Amino acid sequence: MVQFTLPKNSKIRTGKTWPKPAGGKNVRKFQIYRWNPDDGENPRVDTYFVDMDDCGPMVLDALIYIKNKIDPTLTFRRSCREGICGSCAMNIDGINTLACIYGMDEIKGDVKIYPLPHLSVVKDLIPDLTHFYAQHESIMPWLETKTPAPQKEWKQSIEDREKLDGLYECVMCACCSTSCPSYWWNSDRYLGPASLLHAYRWIIDSRDEATGERLDDLEDPFKLYRCHTIMNCTKTCPKGLNPAKAIAEIKKKMVDRVV
Amino acid sequence: MADAKPVERPLSPHLQIYRPQLTSITSILTRITGNALIVAAFLVVWWLLAAATSPEYFATADAVITSWFGDLVMTLSLWAVWYHYLAGLRHLYFDAGHGLDIPTAEKLGWVLIIGSVVLTVITLLVI
Repeated sequence: MVQFTLPKNSKIRTGKTWPKPAGGKNVRKFQIYRWNPDDGENPRVDTYFVDMDDCGPMVLDALIYIKNKIDPTLTFRRSCREGICGSCAMNIDGINTLACIYGMDEIKGDVKIYPLPHLSVVKDLIPDLTHFYAQHESIMPWLETKTPAPQKEWKQSIEDREKLDGLYECVMCACCSTSCPSYWWNSDRYLGPASLLHAYRWIIDSRDEATGERLDDLEDPFKLYRCHTIMNCTKTCPKGLNPAKAIAEIKKKMVDRVV
Repeated sequence: MADAKPVERPLSPHLQIYRPQLTSITSILTRITGNALIVAAFLVVWWLLAAATSPEYFATADAVITSWFGDLVMTLSLWAVWYHYLAGLRHLYFDAGHGLDIPTAEKLGWVLIIGSVVLTVITLLVI
């Protein structure tokens, strides 16, 4: 359902302003979304000050600085710190991206950090991605074959392998899906750009033998066709991939098989 | 452990915090102009019906439509027609699998915005 405003329990209050680091000359202001499941309060935005001379260049460095030196209760996901695990996806400066590969020099003014949009919040910057992962699983993200497995490996020509470039690199960080207004309003039934990009990755895999079934499954007013080519997904993808193009290619395949 | 009452989790902010993108703005304008044009079409139909009903009724309807407010609505509707038309062409182009990289899509977005205004001005000068 389209709901433009936030529900009552999600309205954001002004939070606490934490003390500035002592003796810092190059201090930057951070505004970060906080929500604690244990205190029964509404979410709030806390203000922190980070000494940039004592901190690495990426947004994740600043978050770790805050957690280590100012407020150990600040909660966020992170793992690889090099843009390959997709854990630290969040909304930074109004767009979805990975905190570990987004430089603070790319941001003008205060740094505003929120969890990925329109998801239920587990704590602070951690959204619940259960439904997102379930949607990914629903598109069967694996090789489906009917012929008996070959003795060694399933072979693929160099040209066919190249068709997977720009698709297999997706790390499932959910930046694209949660940037999509259509996914905000229809995520209960619309699969969203990430799952559809993965769907296309298997549809065009020359080794896969379930192309028809995959297309049948997507032939649905919601699962695929809630994409209105808004293209926020492609605009925001921190890996530079193009989910909008992948979705358009699926739509073309739908047409191709009936005409 | 205290009582295990399930916590009602908040919904993270979305429209409130997401920076408007050229891509999303041109997309929502397509929908807004489309819906506004339905209303404009009803206005025109009402005007025509009034003309078919009686001279007095037509005088009333015509006064509304040719008032400054009517002119404003009709001018905006004219822009909406051009915008929606150009956006429709862009959708056809997109659906054929073209122009789906961000630089091209954003260029086409500017074509929609500037093109619709220019075409509106030209139309106003011609009629």
